[in-house]
Amino acid sequence: MEINFIAIYVLWLREMKRFLRSWSRVVSALMMPLFFLIFLGFGFKGAFIPGVGETKNYIHFLVPGIIGMTLITTSMMAGISVLWDREFGFLKEITVAPVSRISIVLGRILGGMTTSLIQAILILLISMIMGFKLPNFLSFLFSIIVMILISSGFIGLGLIFASLMKDIQGFGLIMQMVVFPLFFLSGALFPLSNLPKFLRIISYFDPLTYGVEGLRRTLLGNSFFPFWFSFSSLVLFSILMIILGAYFFEKSEI
Amino acid sequence: MASILVENLVKVFNGLRAVDGISFEVKEGELFGLLGPNGAGKTTTLNMLATLIKPTSGKAFVCGFDVLKERDKVRKSIGMVFQEPALDSYLTGRENLEFHGMMYGLSRKKAKERTKEALKIVELEEFSDKLVQTYSGGMKRRLEIARALIHQPKVLFLDEPTLGLDAQTRRRIWEYIKKLNKERGVTIILTTHYMEEADFLSDRVAIIDFGKIVALDIPENLKNVLGGDVISIEVENPENAKNIFEKLPWVKKLTQENGNFYLQVEKGEEKIPLLMKIDEKEAGFKIKSINLRKPTLEDVFLYFTGKTIREREASQSERFKERAKKHRR
Repeated sequence: MEINFIAIYVLWLREMKRFLRSWSRVVSALMMPLFFLIFLGFGFKGAFIPGVGETKNYIHFLVPGIIGMTLITTSMMAGISVLWDREFGFLKEITVAPVSRISIVLGRILGGMTTSLIQAILILLISMIMGFKLPNFLSFLFSIIVMILISSGFIGLGLIFASLMKDIQGFGLIMQMVVFPLFFLSGALFPLSNLPKFLRIISYFDPLTYGVEGLRRTLLGNSFFPFWFSFSSLVLFSILMIILGAYFFEKSEI
Repeated sequence: MASILVENLVKVFNGLRAVDGISFEVKEGELFGLLGPNGAGKTTTLNMLATLIKPTSGKAFVCGFDVLKERDKVRKSIGMVFQEPALDSYLTGRENLEFHGMMYGLSRKKAKERTKEALKIVELEEFSDKLVQTYSGGMKRRLEIARALIHQPKVLFLDEPTLGLDAQTRRRIWEYIKKLNKERGVTIILTTHYMEEADFLSDRVAIIDFGKIVALDIPENLKNVLGGDVISIEVENPENAKNIFEKLPWVKKLTQENGNFYLQVEKGEEKIPLLMKIDEKEAGFKIKSINLRKPTLEDVFLYFTGKTIREREASQSERFKERAKKHRR
């Protein structure tokens, strides 16, 4: 199981080329988070929501949540896109190459992570036009690390689904039954403290909760959980998903 | 030295013996054909040799490397063209090839050089910067053959290389395959269920049916198993003709159907002039027409399996449906 860096680079480069050539896909992936950002952001601008924080208005509270949403959708898509490679045969070309599967998985994760991050930063730029203020540089740097952890974890999860599924039929189902519940449970749109107890307990099992918490702490400076707790949960989630993703991908048939 | 050595290879899928103990050897520089109906086990055999799936039992060596123990060494020494296209359609032809080269450990410069060369061989230079999604089926197949050459493999696996292509494109692909084999000395194994393809291309052909090799030889010898060529003659006054034909020493088997005679002979083309020398007045009959038919591999397949390849394909798919039903229960 040796790691082949050139193969990782080639697979990353391939993702970049595909990304740059499919702007329509990028735009459509960004539509949903943009709608949430614009309509909820302006719509609840003056509203008082308990737990949001006194000095900040709702749009500030919302931005980290929407970035979390962008990351979970684009990353899951990047992971599951292995299904398309299988459907169109390209997966065979990759699997017959003298390259370890772990290199293939790493190339895929790096490629997906880069495209997800670009899209998250695009959302961040748009929210700045809407009045969002960036924190100091160090906090911003930490927020990028949090984004990387969220993204790699969900690409891993996407890979697991893609390895277990036989064709692309189940793709829509995964997006509806997995991504949306995780998004709503994460407290991306409202403070977790407002949820009834049993829902809040479920949300503690949602990895995106810690992602959004981590983003709130780094971008806004306040959060429900202490930063070390969200951060270490995210690290754990990310590592676990990458290992499991690689494991299931290795075991899946071409 | 044998390029490929296969000993008693078996692959069982869900209790079905897809490949049922086959053994063969391919010499260096040989063009070897695996001929058989769909579902006979050709692709499974190729996938085992390419280390894509693990054999249930048996051994196989490619360029001296064990397909079970030396996976990456095998992979580096082979090029593979799959039955269905395995290209990235969002990349250009050139990018597909260059990426392939780098995945196989070539430097960027080397990959570019080889790409240029390979594109030239398959005459796709002018389309090299177009996205593959704009390519026709034949162009895609040519690009894949070019791609399989980038890392200069000693052995090339072609799985149904002309499946679904029109006659003209098929001819062209055949020419590339011959050229690669003759000029570059690449050992080639191809699977096909087209008789004329196996016949035209292969130095030796293995006929495979229900996961077993039923015959293996050079196409000429396989066809000779049937006892040579068939000359059919239509005559007037067949009674007189019969006496004459029966006395010809080189006729191996004579069958009569009213005014038509079927003569099984060796080297039929040399026998026709002899037939023409028979003095018609003296013999008392007249030849109306003569037709010489060479046996095809289709006749050979029929001879060994008792079925034509088309019939076999129909029954094969039945067999798979039955299996699938049993498995679901």
